[in-house]
Amino acid sequence: MQKSEIIEQVNKIFVDVLDNDAIVINETTSAADVDEWDSLTHIQLVVAIEKHFKLKFTSAEIRDWKNVGEMSDTILQRLN
Amino acid sequence: MNSGLNFLQTNVNKDFTTLKKNLKKDFTGLKKIKVALLGDSATQFLNQALRACAYEQGFEFEIYEADYNQVSRQLLDLSSDLYQFAPEFVIVFESTQKLQHKFNSLQKSERLQLSELKTEEVKNYYHTLNRQLKAKLIYFNFSEPMDGQFGNYSNKTSFSFLYQVRKLNLELMNLSQECKNLFILDYQALSAHLGRQMAFDAKMFYGASMNLSIDGLPLVAKNCCDIISAINGKFKKCLILDLDNTMWGGIIGDDGIENIEVGDLGNGKAFSDLQQWARQLKQRGIILAVCSKNDEQTAKEPFLKHPEMVLRLDDIAVFVANWNNKADNIRYIQSILNIGFDAMVFLDDNPFERNLVRTNLPEVEVPELPEDPSMYLEYLSALNLFETASYSEEDELRNKHYQQEAGRVIAQKNFTNEDDFLKSLGMTSKVEPVNKFNLPRVAQLSQRSNQFNLRTVRYTEEDVLQISQSENYFTLTFDLKDKFGDNGLICVVVLKKEVSALFIETWLMSCRVLKRGMENFTLNTIVEVAKKNNFKKIQGEYLATSKNGMVKEHYARLGFSEAGQLWELNIENYQTKKSFIQLN
Repeated sequence: MQKSEIIEQVNKIFVDVLDNDAIVINETTSAADVDEWDSLTHIQLVVAIEKHFKLKFTSAEIRDWKNVGEMSDTILQRLN
Repeated sequence: MNSGLNFLQTNVNKDFTTLKKNLKKDFTGLKKIKVALLGDSATQFLNQALRACAYEQGFEFEIYEADYNQVSRQLLDLSSDLYQFAPEFVIVFESTQKLQHKFNSLQKSERLQLSELKTEEVKNYYHTLNRQLKAKLIYFNFSEPMDGQFGNYSNKTSFSFLYQVRKLNLELMNLSQECKNLFILDYQALSAHLGRQMAFDAKMFYGASMNLSIDGLPLVAKNCCDIISAINGKFKKCLILDLDNTMWGGIIGDDGIENIEVGDLGNGKAFSDLQQWARQLKQRGIILAVCSKNDEQTAKEPFLKHPEMVLRLDDIAVFVANWNNKADNIRYIQSILNIGFDAMVFLDDNPFERNLVRTNLPEVEVPELPEDPSMYLEYLSALNLFETASYSEEDELRNKHYQQEAGRVIAQKNFTNEDDFLKSLGMTSKVEPVNKFNLPRVAQLSQRSNQFNLRTVRYTEEDVLQISQSENYFTLTFDLKDKFGDNGLICVVVLKKEVSALFIETWLMSCRVLKRGMENFTLNTIVEVAKKNNFKKIQGEYLATSKNGMVKEHYARLGFSEAGQLWELNIENYQTKKSFIQLN
């Protein structure tokens, strides 16, 4: 899977979990850029992404992400 | 994730993300309930899940959520925000993980007392709350841990944490029987059902101080709402059963009585267990009815002749088998039972019939059923369809009452004059104040009665006890017997002494005994009480709900005159009203 493809799928999860069709994310998107993305919905996003890609992140990984790009890198690593 | 969990997610509950979308819906017109939520772990998600779930049950929760770890401060300090907020319900979720910390901090000898210590603490929460507010406490019991210290040997020593948790859960059950406004949310059962891995997410616990996993939220929230709904008078009273391929395998009309699957034949054991479940529900007070597309004789044959049928004809209060559409048949059943459509559950294996009933009678609860009949019972148990806020011995007789009522309906057809019919019944009524024997039934009737209920005040047993001991009230309870049988306690009146009049705080009656002249008999009794205590006036009030339209004109019909919001009856020249009921 390509990184762009991952971001596309993650985007769909954001739209669903945050319940906002207008959300468009890219590699540099961070929590500051999306209104509904706060510490609480972050947990929901992580759980939904884990479920979607059938993987589990470690606590350290979750803590270290700065933006969508870094999150997608972790997903990419795990899938390959 | 294994397939068992998938099944649960897709059928029993929406997932949290879907459920949460309810929060954007229109809550206008839903009954508002004030709820306080306290936890020793972060409860923001539970808060959202509760509000979203309440929407589906027709309520709007206004939630006060304390910062976490404030459980005892909020409950024990009477000046806390909790008491300012004055909720009707207080939900408390204290976790096994935090209890373990407490256990670890104790001296070895004190550890043996953990369950007593914790029970005392909960008791203290309860009594402090109960003294100050009329709030109900919903307390989560504790999920049983895997004991990593003693292993299986933990069962064999009271020094183990597991032993203390199990003992505590039992003591909480006992405490809730003693404290009428304490309700236990069976978190242990729910987390066992979900699977520990799914109920508790260690990563979320350490990362975000949240105890409940996201996947566990909908089920836990739903069960909290089920308790609150039941206390508010919303619960199921009747189970309507399809027969072919629902209560037995096969089609009685085609396969014949020897070939339907029940008992040992084919998949019959699954159907037998389902019938056992229905029969247990009947004994608990749920009315059973049959709604089947069949000729009546054919449909009744297994109930009469099949040796392995669990259900028999006298288990069924209303038996409808014909070729009419099922929505019409359920309307007919409703007309005999006189309960709301929203108090009915309809079971049918056929998706077409389920959808027909859902479309025509959206208030009737129609569970999807798994395709495989072996799964019916597990599936239905997990839905928690029959939550209740009370249980009394009289519940066991309910089915019988409805069968007797069907007998009266037939007898009435022989009389053209209603008075003659009423006379022929030979009715007697025992009138007495609330006492310790009828107290559970009085509380229950206040929770169950929706239609003939003038002010729809819901009482818990604790409330009834306080009223019955108060000098400011008179209470009257009425039973009704006739030649067809004993209806049991069917009417409750609570009278409040006010300066200028006797105020009818509650007048409610079971709809089983409509049109027997019970209203006149009751008023005659109220007037007697008023006169004996030197009141010259009786006041009543009608508070409209979506269900009590039938008593809108109740006081007008009885000769009261309107006085602002209230109805008044001057009793100095009261003419005793006609009644065919003898005082017993």
